[in-house]
Amino acid sequence: MTTDSNSGTTRRGFLKAGLAAGGALAGATTAARAAGPDPAITEIQPWNQENGDPVDASPYGMPIEYEKHVKRRTVSWLTADPVSSINFTPLHDLDGIITPNGICFERHHSGAATVDPEKHRLMIHGLVEKPLVFTMEDLQRFPRENHVYFLECAANSGMEWRGAQLNGVQFTHGMIHNVMYTGVPLRLLLAEAGVKPNGKWVLAEGADAAGMSRSIPMEKALDDCLVAFKMNGEALRKEQGYPIRLVLPGWEGNMWVKWLRRLEVGDKPWMQREETSKYTDLMPDGRARMFTWVMDAKSVITSPSPQKPILHGKGPTVITGIAWSGRGTIPRVDVTIDGGKNWHKARIDGPSFDKSIHRFYFEFEWDGKPLLLQSRAIDSTGYVQPTKDELRAIRGVNSIYHNNGIQTWYVNENGEAENVEIS
Amino acid sequence: MSKFLETTLAATTAALVLAAPASAEKFNLGREAIPEEVAAWDIDVRPDGLGLPEGRGTVAEGEEIFAEKCAMCHGEFGEGVDRWPVLAGGQGSLKDERPVKTIGSYWPYLSTAWDYPHRAMPFGFARSLTADETYAIDAYLLYVNDLVDEDFELNRENFTSIHLPNENGFYMDDRDQVEVPKFTREPCMENCKESVEITARAAVLDVTPEETAARKAEEAAKAAAQDEEAKVEEGTAAGASETVAAEEAAPAPAAEAALDPELVKRGEKVFKKCKACHAVGEGAKNKTGPILTGVVGRPAASVEGFKYSRALRAKGEEGLVWDEAALIEFLKKPKAFVPKTKMSFAGLKKEKDREAIIAYLKSVGQ
Repeated sequence: MTTDSNSGTTRRGFLKAGLAAGGALAGATTAARAAGPDPAITEIQPWNQENGDPVDASPYGMPIEYEKHVKRRTVSWLTADPVSSINFTPLHDLDGIITPNGICFERHHSGAATVDPEKHRLMIHGLVEKPLVFTMEDLQRFPRENHVYFLECAANSGMEWRGAQLNGVQFTHGMIHNVMYTGVPLRLLLAEAGVKPNGKWVLAEGADAAGMSRSIPMEKALDDCLVAFKMNGEALRKEQGYPIRLVLPGWEGNMWVKWLRRLEVGDKPWMQREETSKYTDLMPDGRARMFTWVMDAKSVITSPSPQKPILHGKGPTVITGIAWSGRGTIPRVDVTIDGGKNWHKARIDGPSFDKSIHRFYFEFEWDGKPLLLQSRAIDSTGYVQPTKDELRAIRGVNSIYHNNGIQTWYVNENGEAENVEIS
Repeated sequence: MSKFLETTLAATTAALVLAAPASAEKFNLGREAIPEEVAAWDIDVRPDGLGLPEGRGTVAEGEEIFAEKCAMCHGEFGEGVDRWPVLAGGQGSLKDERPVKTIGSYWPYLSTAWDYPHRAMPFGFARSLTADETYAIDAYLLYVNDLVDEDFELNRENFTSIHLPNENGFYMDDRDQVEVPKFTREPCMENCKESVEITARAAVLDVTPEETAARKAEEAAKAAAQDEEAKVEEGTAAGASETVAAEEAAPAPAAEAALDPELVKRGEKVFKKCKACHAVGEGAKNKTGPILTGVVGRPAASVEGFKYSRALRAKGEEGLVWDEAALIEFLKKPKAFVPKTKMSFAGLKKEKDREAIIAYLKSVGQ
């Protein structure tokens, strides 16, 4: 490798270096065929000979050192302070539909609170027959349910309204994760307190220093919401609201109040900061949509993508990505490799759960020529993911939230991918 | 409340009737919340004034509190520092290319501007504002948004008579009517367009974050170690990281005196008041204030890359060193020690707190 150390240390330089290394790897295997046996086979490797780690080397296991690059990353210029900020799920490195707990993106308004479960209480009050307080132990005596749901921040892809900006699917689409929750249906807890007939809204509030709070219409609260204490089988991570968080399937992530400590029943919404000054969508006429709760159907190709170039050259190639909808399941995803002139039905593999991420694949023979890759999701209601231009025609470029437009990756002859927009 | 809400309410009422098994079965779990408990947590305030406690505050009082507790991030007049929220101005800008969304230009209800700071501000020291202070801050925020005169007093009685300019600027989500029918369609599969042009590229803007310095050094080192041929060329990078390693390995200077762990613990707690603006310890970065790692014994205004006030820079040039005595004096009342410092912090009244902070700063600077 002869790249100078300067370009080798920049991200783009790193990609180039990766490509060079990939090229060298391909070269090595070809060379091996010509020149002689592969030392990876003929030489005894240390792990063939020496014993590995004992059972308790890592009582709570972490990924192997070769996977250290699979991690959340932030975009530091986005926010004033890392305590009230966001980082992103490394979608390009994942497969299947489940997001591992340690790399689920984080969004806090006053940092990730460390809450002592012994001292945590959930209070229900307001327009109820009997105001109640639950301990964590109380909550675990209610019947539980398990569901896989996506959680997408309303601002996911929000930096892309004015055009292609961030070069990586982690940054353009990484404010999403998909885990299996174990929790108590919210309607059971509300029934326990007895909602009065004029109780039409629920205020959910967190125990963190932001006191994160959102108004939820009673219809949703009595429908499919959960008060969850487990994700992917283990306790919630503190970044995700340990010991309990609210789960609002299909609705914007901001409403999934973490460190949930209070539910107040009322007859009107509270017009909290996060449902007035934020999480409202400014339209071109200067007015704003509010209570834009549902997440529209969306999809994105996660590989290849700018952080995941094609390193193997032409030949059999796998395109993969994810799709989801806040209105149901995803029975169909289409993929184009020529910028939308022609589309092909992708193969959806793995479980198809309501309001969950779906995994799709499109396998094809790459001829080594540049590609313009897109995917489009079609959800179980028949809604087809729109283009960014179609959204901009209605919403302009200042609405920040709910950008579910089709993403385009340009892949050049070397397999490098770039975030672009096309006509 | 506006019409769209009434419509929503009607819709939810209908749904509530349909979803009715709310009375299904009870488990008799949990216990009754007593009034003191509900009162302790029920802090929310609604546009119709529900939840507002007794209290009052004037513009003049608000100006003083705002300067002390809010201006370090939001600017003296709510204009915003760095990327912190702008709270004033921007009226008439919502249709502009770059709208400025403030309390005066965008927020629909004053109650939000009461509820939010009262529950979540100052950043890093939440729930420390009294009701009177919050009324005063709101009075000041109304004033800097040109909505009241300078002699205005806000109180529980006149609160709901105040209407923000953009109260009617919001409407209920209409995607189901405006967008869903349009996007529910049979998509084109073949020969959908004649030609395709690239119209925008992320590489042109180039705002994607680079990897951290640590990762870069690691990659360079790894490359150097693995690639025999590259060793000579990568020598500089590897050499540099060796120097760093050598410095880290050098024995730390002997601590002057062992720190009292109790005092350090107390200092860590007190430091919460500083955390919104200052970071300490490994990997700390300048925030609204400079990093404080190793501040004890450091010359004033000496953190590279931080924009100090002219006043503090002058002190540094005069040779001020942040030894214990100077820090104690400064923290008592920053603006008395360095008039015109940017640090809008009132100071630590208790001597023990000042000592504790210094012990803590020493403990993380070692």
